[in-house]
Amino acid sequence: MDISQVLFYALSAMALGSAIMVVISRNPVHSVLWLIITFFAISGHYILMNAQFLGIVNLIVYAGAIMVLFLFVIMLMNLNAETEPQKNKWLKLAGVVAGGCLLLVLVAALKQAEVKGKVAMLETGDIGLIRNLGKALFTDFVVPFEISSILFLSAMVGAVVIGKK
Amino acid sequence: MHSALLAIDLFLVIEKLVLIVGIVSISLVIAMYETYAERKVAAFIQDRRGPNRAGPFGILQPLADGLKLFMKEEIIPNTSNRFLFILGPCLAMLAAMMTSAVIPWGGTLNVFGREVNLQIADINIGILYVFGVVSMGVYGIMIGGWASNNKFSLMAALRGASQVISYELPMGLSLIALLMLTGSLKMSEIVGQQIDSWYNVLYQPLGFFIFLVCAFAECNRTPFDLPEAENELNFGYHQEYSSMKLGFYLFAEYINMFISSVVMATLFWGGYDIPFVNDASLTGMGNWLVLLQGLSLFIKVAIFIFVFMWVRWTIPRFRYDQLMNLGWKALIPLSLVNMIVTAAIVLLKTNGWKF
Amino acid sequence: MQALTSRAKPVDRKPMTFLEKLYVWSIFKGMMITLRHLFKKKATISYPEEKRPFSPVFRGLHILNRDEEGRERCTACGLCALACPAEAITMEAAERLPGEENLYREEKYAAKYEINMLRCIFCGLCEEACPKDAVYLSETFAPSNYQRKGFIYGKQDLLIPNPKDNPGEYWKAVGNRKANKEQSN
Repeated sequence: MDISQVLFYALSAMALGSAIMVVISRNPVHSVLWLIITFFAISGHYILMNAQFLGIVNLIVYAGAIMVLFLFVIMLMNLNAETEPQKNKWLKLAGVVAGGCLLLVLVAALKQAEVKGKVAMLETGDIGLIRNLGKALFTDFVVPFEISSILFLSAMVGAVVIGKK
Repeated sequence: MHSALLAIDLFLVIEKLVLIVGIVSISLVIAMYETYAERKVAAFIQDRRGPNRAGPFGILQPLADGLKLFMKEEIIPNTSNRFLFILGPCLAMLAAMMTSAVIPWGGTLNVFGREVNLQIADINIGILYVFGVVSMGVYGIMIGGWASNNKFSLMAALRGASQVISYELPMGLSLIALLMLTGSLKMSEIVGQQIDSWYNVLYQPLGFFIFLVCAFAECNRTPFDLPEAENELNFGYHQEYSSMKLGFYLFAEYINMFISSVVMATLFWGGYDIPFVNDASLTGMGNWLVLLQGLSLFIKVAIFIFVFMWVRWTIPRFRYDQLMNLGWKALIPLSLVNMIVTAAIVLLKTNGWKF
Repeated sequence: MQALTSRAKPVDRKPMTFLEKLYVWSIFKGMMITLRHLFKKKATISYPEEKRPFSPVFRGLHILNRDEEGRERCTACGLCALACPAEAITMEAAERLPGEENLYREEKYAAKYEINMLRCIFCGLCEEACPKDAVYLSETFAPSNYQRKGFIYGKQDLLIPNPKDNPGEYWKAVGNRKANKEQSN
């Protein structure tokens, strides 16, 4: 087991553990903080796969900006564990059934997939480096890239319009 | 880059550890003396003398201040979230210290036949890393303000966080224009290019100015120090803090100031290049040249830190709406224009000035 | 209406020019002003090492005077207490016993003489009222103290050292101003 494998398992354990903590912690602010740790772990994975640009951008955009906005909202709403409304027990039952169905579908889907040959490549491939990524985005994938930028622009305009109301 | 970091090379690990400890302690000492310098500059601007009792010229004053902060009573509010309350200042310090990892502090030292690069990690996304860490700095403010369980702290934390987020945008945009010129995100390469030709500030004066203004805002320094406006929001997000936890917040501000001065010097003013001297002709000096280059970086940084303080003791505070107007309606359009003009010129130049 | 001072200026309410709207120029001007102040002479006097010279008419702490033979001049007539606008002076009189002629000049003397330095306004009226030239205001001021009672000066604090036993201390306590005046007389 070399050191990148050790790092991979440590990061995976961190990502999964903190993702579980996001769901089960009572205080929403704690949930957000656990989510930030999850993002850090995922960024670690990106860097392990030599996609440094993606890793850092994941940190800047998700952990640095979006989660801050989440925190804004949650802190101002003052959600406490005590004010959380008690769920209907039928609702809980429905949740269990839905979750079970999802698990079933996932198991069925994963059984079909051939997992063996598709272990994530570590330390190989340099598509994640910023120069190669930029070249790929502006040559092979230029149409989807521009379309997504138009989508973002329209979303921004929409947000400004809603904010002006 | 990481293959080099991960392969177990004991000497490399030791070298990097020594470098990290050295740089961290240097930044701490500089932050300490920044507090002293701040008081001295404030005093001199106001025709006073400043601290001059502890030691000759008062140079032991930071130690006395630190001792005072350590001796003070630690108060953790009853209704606060204890863990997050302690985490807040830690995060602020951590985010402040982490940026120094990608900064090239000098050339390559030759220690007992071993080449030691005076940069902790020469990653090829250096600038993005700086941005990532800076955006983490918001959490120190927000968590500290929220965990205090005090509405004034919370309001100040929200103000601070929205200010930092708002000014990150023009900062990033002004840097994009710079990156178009350098064509690299690697800090060492940017410095190398400046050593060989002119400083970037000559190509990007507007970009540098925008970056400077945003750096003031990111560090919560005076024209933009609304998060800790003493006379408006009680004390800001660290109102409930006392003793060294308060000290950490204040200290983080000074470290941030140091680091942003270093980033400005590195990106726009040639980093460790000695001005008016052709460094390539001095390679015969060996290690001394490297040390001189480091000194030249620190002199540039000292000038920037002085500018930070000079501005603080000159300009009054913005009102909050003025602050937001300046950020969103003035600096962002300005940096966008700067970016587009730079892009057009770079495009024309690569096409050989053909229309 | 006549202006109160020759330096008064009408408020400039012109709309800002483009240069002023940028603020950068104004900020630069302001920063140049602070830069000039950086090199100006400092107004501070580092106190214990250098002292600010007092004005020749400075009125400081009171001193109870003695005559040339070291006898207390005060006769506890109470005129100083009467003259005091702040009512800071209290005294108790006592009769001089036989054998105490070397201590007190008159037949009656002040057994207790207290001045509350927190009440005192250092106007100097006691000095003017005194018929025996027994109380006068020196060239020092009251040092700080942590308690109020520390500011109530009794006889032992006010009385000047004996010129016979301790002439050095006596002349120091008399102060330059008074000493010069006495010599010129």
